[in-house]
Amino acid sequence: MKYIEEFRHEDTAKMLAEAITTAANPERYYRLMEFCGGHTHTIHRYGLPSLLPSNVEMIHGPGCPVCVLPMERIDKAIALANLPNIILCSYGDMLRVPGSNKRSLLQTKARGADVRMVYSVDDALHIAQRNPQKDVVFFAIGFETTTPPTAHAIKQAKALHLTNFSVFCNHVLTPVAMDSLLQTQQQEADAVNLDGFVGPAHVSIVIGSQAYETVSQKYKKPIVISGFEPIDVLHSILMLIEQINQQRSEVEIQYTRAVTREGSLLSQSLMAEVLELRSSFEWRGLGSIPNSALQIKSAFAEFDAEKRFTLPDTKGIEHKQCDCGAILRGLKKPTDCKLFAKVCTPENPLGSCMVSSEGACAAIYAYGRGSITA
Amino acid sequence: MNTVIELPRRIKKLSGPKLNIKHGCVELSHGSGGRAMAQLIDQLFFAAFDNEWLAQKNDQACFPVTTGRMVMTTDAHVISPLFFPGGDIGSLAIHGTINDIAMAGAKPLYLSASFILEEGLPLSDLQKIVASMAMASRLANVSIVTGDTKVVERGKGDGVFITTTGIGVVPHGVSISGDKACPGDHVIVSGHIGDHGVAIMSLRNNLQFFTTIESDTAALHNLVHHMMTAAPNIHCLRDPTRGGIATTLNELALQSHVGFMIDERQIPIRTEVNSACELLGLDAMYVANEGKLLAIVSPEDSATLLTAMRAHPLGQDAAIIGEVIRDPRCFVQLKTKTGGIRMMDWLAGEQLPRIC
Amino acid sequence: MCLAIPAQIIKILDFQRALVNLGGIEKDISVALLADVAIGDYVILHVGYALTKLDEDEAKKTLGLFADMMQGDANA
Repeated sequence: MKYIEEFRHEDTAKMLAEAITTAANPERYYRLMEFCGGHTHTIHRYGLPSLLPSNVEMIHGPGCPVCVLPMERIDKAIALANLPNIILCSYGDMLRVPGSNKRSLLQTKARGADVRMVYSVDDALHIAQRNPQKDVVFFAIGFETTTPPTAHAIKQAKALHLTNFSVFCNHVLTPVAMDSLLQTQQQEADAVNLDGFVGPAHVSIVIGSQAYETVSQKYKKPIVISGFEPIDVLHSILMLIEQINQQRSEVEIQYTRAVTREGSLLSQSLMAEVLELRSSFEWRGLGSIPNSALQIKSAFAEFDAEKRFTLPDTKGIEHKQCDCGAILRGLKKPTDCKLFAKVCTPENPLGSCMVSSEGACAAIYAYGRGSITA
Repeated sequence: MNTVIELPRRIKKLSGPKLNIKHGCVELSHGSGGRAMAQLIDQLFFAAFDNEWLAQKNDQACFPVTTGRMVMTTDAHVISPLFFPGGDIGSLAIHGTINDIAMAGAKPLYLSASFILEEGLPLSDLQKIVASMAMASRLANVSIVTGDTKVVERGKGDGVFITTTGIGVVPHGVSISGDKACPGDHVIVSGHIGDHGVAIMSLRNNLQFFTTIESDTAALHNLVHHMMTAAPNIHCLRDPTRGGIATTLNELALQSHVGFMIDERQIPIRTEVNSACELLGLDAMYVANEGKLLAIVSPEDSATLLTAMRAHPLGQDAAIIGEVIRDPRCFVQLKTKTGGIRMMDWLAGEQLPRIC
Repeated sequence: MCLAIPAQIIKILDFQRALVNLGGIEKDISVALLADVAIGDYVILHVGYALTKLDEDEAKKTLGLFADMMQGDANA
């Protein structure tokens, strides 16, 4: 696979790992956060922690749209699926996440609801076209990468005059979340300083590197926008360490083959045409963050599932001993949580960080226990 | 012990109209024990599986016992879709049970096949499945000697569920078992991983590719016999079906109370299967195989065994993929393509395609 | 948070769609988020949509940088 395999070579990885070890000042500790859950997955799937020197630590950030989605939003999705005559379409990632009553969409499907996994929002549109007598609801999640396809699908539905298609919109925004996280870090008395960020690969294709400049300057943190492959991540870590050593705090692009400063203007204007900011949105583990999520504009109200259907108001109750909030904000590690790997496991996830395979706890559990208990 | 097998007299076929296989469907009467059921069995099952045991039309089959230890295994098959590139639920059932017997180093001898049919299943589909089973068992030289049929109401089945039980015999002195892996042993896989699971997943709605990936479903007893001739002292054999090689290795780790260090770069995988996994966010280590085996053997025997496997059509792409290590935690670890080391844990729930 | 993968455009279809090849697999996808696209272009594919074209010159530059670093190590 071109432009994939070349960024996985063992020799290049070894060279970069050595360069990182050489560049890292042995007198100091580097705490770097990879914001994006996809990067968390890459880091663990390729065993990168075993290649890094002991004074470079990767902290896992909250960029996992499955992990940060509040339970009450899943409850609403389940309520939608249980309405008569509904086909609920969802990406695979959300199907196993339990709601307030411990039931997931997959279990709701087992009880007779018509829940279908789709690879693309376009598949949900096709299902709506093929089933005119049913109401098709698309469960939209994701950061800015996944938002333009949703916006495009809504526009297409309007152009096709579809009357049986709507979207349950849960799209969230990255730079705002980064700002909130760094603000919390500043305010928490016992928070340990984050030295820099490995910035998301594909969100940045859409929003461009300029979207991070305000946050970087405000908190004086370097941000390196990294590609998705393990070599990209190692290269980005090296670039961050060099910035930190030189006391720079700039936004740099490592993923130059896909990310520009401006981003995708077409995607941005599509999003602006169809969607608008919600005044506030509850993030699981992070609390309420203003202007951090999107809703469908009134011009497209007929495609807004929250306006079409009456949905219950529930409040998700988290386990008292669950440390997901602190873990998502980089204040604690999964191994610091009393429930981790004992009661809370991927088979029985008690908190959001364990439900998704790119959540910090799930990633450490599946890939990282070899080094923890050695 | 010499036994003379008398050829049974052919029992007169039940009279009555021919089944409408082209346009007919399974009905509740086909499971009620009456004439309709007898006709279904006669004209569909017996016609395809035709052998001396079924010809006797008893509820059981008698066969001589040969020297060695008897091996028995059973499997239920509930796959959806019923038909897929490279096979169907029928061939899968036959191969799966033959393979379970073969993994003990045993020669498969006889099979039973029990069907739960859903009312409304087209008879043409059932005939295709049964024909596929007949061909698979004939090619493998293993007869289906007894069976059962039941019908459930529409909506209470998935078309057809098949349960197959197999009987085999393992020669005295052969003791292949999942608890026999020793630190230092080599792990060999017989060929490309992930074909079957990706073939199935690519058929499911909304995940279709324009490229056809075929299931690798196959009977492995011949390959196993070939392997045992070349290396009589194989420690473990297992076919990595649901859950892929990662799950099988975790099972063996617990059984043998050892750890594994697997080298990702040595694992054979077809380019298209690898690409499909990348596209869908799947980990090929957890994707099902239906015509592959893992062998664990002492390091002194591994080169000989590998050469023998590669000389067989079902082992041409065999490779040594890792080794058994001492580890009281019984972890399966992987050295990744990039050189890092990480765990390859048990699968948590069914692996689903992801967007994140 | 976003699984995306480079794939090559092999055919332009109607309605802002295209056929891509990714390591032997062919899939039809949307190119509605791209201003323009041509056969042979590499795109970054996410949830059935091409998000952007992959800049092959930049890709080669990045790989060239790694090669130089490896060379530098070899000469050191």
